[in-house]
Amino acid sequence: MAVLATNSNTQAAARRVNIWDTPWLNAKFVTGSSIIVLVLLFGLLGPLFWNTDLAFTASSPVNLPPMWDKGGSPEHPLGTESNGRDMLAQLVVGIPASLKVGLLAASIGMGIGILLGSLAGYLGGWTDHIIRTITDSVITIPSLMVLISIAAYVRMPDTTAMALILALFAWPGPTRLIRSQVLTLRERGFVRMALLSNVPALEIMLFEMVPNMLPWLAASLTGGISGAILGATGLEALGLGPTRVPSLGTIINYALNSSALVRGMVWWWLPPIITLVIIFTAFFLMTVGLDEIANPRLRGYGNGK
Amino acid sequence: MGGLTRSYFIQRVLMFFLTIWIGVTLTFVIPRLSGSDPTTAMLLTMMNQRGYVENADKIIESYKTSFGLNDPLPIQYIRYLGHVVRFDYGFSFARFPTAAWDMVTPALPWTLILLSVAAVLSFLIGVTVGSLMGWRKTPRWLQSILPISLTFTSIPYFMFGILLISIIAFKLHWLPATGGYSRSVDPGWNLPFIKDVLLHAVLPLISIVLTSMGGWALGMRGLMIGVNNEDYFLLAQAKGLSPARVFFRYGIRNAILPALTAFALGIGSLIGGSILVEFIFAYPGTGYTLYRAIQEQDYTVIQTITNLIIIITAAGVLILDLLYPLIDPRITYKRNVAS
Repeated sequence: MAVLATNSNTQAAARRVNIWDTPWLNAKFVTGSSIIVLVLLFGLLGPLFWNTDLAFTASSPVNLPPMWDKGGSPEHPLGTESNGRDMLAQLVVGIPASLKVGLLAASIGMGIGILLGSLAGYLGGWTDHIIRTITDSVITIPSLMVLISIAAYVRMPDTTAMALILALFAWPGPTRLIRSQVLTLRERGFVRMALLSNVPALEIMLFEMVPNMLPWLAASLTGGISGAILGATGLEALGLGPTRVPSLGTIINYALNSSALVRGMVWWWLPPIITLVIIFTAFFLMTVGLDEIANPRLRGYGNGK
Repeated sequence: MGGLTRSYFIQRVLMFFLTIWIGVTLTFVIPRLSGSDPTTAMLLTMMNQRGYVENADKIIESYKTSFGLNDPLPIQYIRYLGHVVRFDYGFSFARFPTAAWDMVTPALPWTLILLSVAAVLSFLIGVTVGSLMGWRKTPRWLQSILPISLTFTSIPYFMFGILLISIIAFKLHWLPATGGYSRSVDPGWNLPFIKDVLLHAVLPLISIVLTSMGGWALGMRGLMIGVNNEDYFLLAQAKGLSPARVFFRYGIRNAILPALTAFALGIGSLIGGSILVEFIFAYPGTGYTLYRAIQEQDYTVIQTITNLIIIITAAGVLILDLLYPLIDPRITYKRNVAS
């Protein structure tokens, strides 16, 4: 069955006059993912061009404005803050740290979601009932509240520990989604065919169902990543994140604690916020775009794609 | 009572207790799994403040016995559940003679009023905007203007709050930046105080409403597009009913039901996000009290607030769930087939 499916797919692709005519070239999705790639490149290639040691305390002169302001110097293009950290270096170190937390937490959540969601949708009965009840309960818990309370006890040693704790609340969304997808797919002809042909359950799940859920899974993952980054930033802004490595939320925390707002040190609090808003907007565009890929009805009227 | 059956009622109430139990247990288990110890942490702060602490071991030991940290975990857990049920967590760690509960109660009305107004406003605006975006008959010019309202959707509440403070409060001096009311007014039921409180609530309210309404709008847009293609909707139009009637009675009324479920599920994250908004605006609600408790390592107050918010959220969801079958009679069996 799987072989047949791929064959007809390639035939369809060959027959297609214009290879660019695919729903995956959704404008929102492409824009969002390009922005993320650019932000990621800034974080990954940044250390090659800029000294990341400057992201730590007392590595630079304090309270320098950015270079285009009076008193700024080209040695610290985005300025420095009150503890003698260089803003540009902090961004270079902070961006990958924040993205890593988001990706890690969302992937763990997605993994648990695929497991529980397909178990519930596939087995039905009591298994489904228990999984659904627990999922629906956890989804209504104010997660940030519980995370803050946990983080107040457990000092986060590093970003990995933080991602693990954030993953506690990253699984109910994907679980719900995958369960409902499995329920509808189970009734479809090709899955019934596979069931009748005695294909093992795991194989049906991985080779028949997952490819058909791909846009939904991707939308859930991008939504999950931005949700986890939001949670991480919230904890860091409250001063509950790992403090040794600078991250975008930690910069905001230091800025707020040092009254950067009142002192008019815009260059201190604005760059991390702008960066985060760009990241969130990009993931938001990706999620909306992927939703439209998965569900053609959402593409609206008369706007083409 | 329409579709509110007994089994549905029992199921929802059980879910209410399950939610609280999971939330409350997580905040008990995770810190203990991690092996970190609040008494040692407290002592470290004491050392940082005073340089040297005499008889550190004895202090840790006495803290541990007085807070029952030497007992076996199951006994600690049962005692903890007792605290949760009785709403009594003992004394505040940081301000000893005060009960933890008394530190929290003055903050509660601030949060509850701000949040319920913000939640209802953002839902109403979002649903209206979303329905108009998904409706085929919406005028062109409106269709092109409405997406502007989604601009702030992906900005977290509290970051938008920081921007508002710096621009509207510090640059333009239009509205007060922080706090719940000015020191110059007299708290009580008098006009200057009420006016002052409302002025202080504007910026926190805006930062929640403008950033959260886009999510409702997007969801509602999808639901409305779905309704557009339903037979009864086409029939209503073909019968020549007025567009307004078709829009409200046939469109929104049918499309809004899943949005209400989403609203119930979204209460938790709204409350979570508002903690940070209160922190940014130094708004005298539970979120800000929580922030101060974290600073002072006041663990009993942290626990009181966390568990209280878990219970309030679960209660909000329960109320919405119980109202739901009254609005949509189909729901009692629909939920059992596929949610």
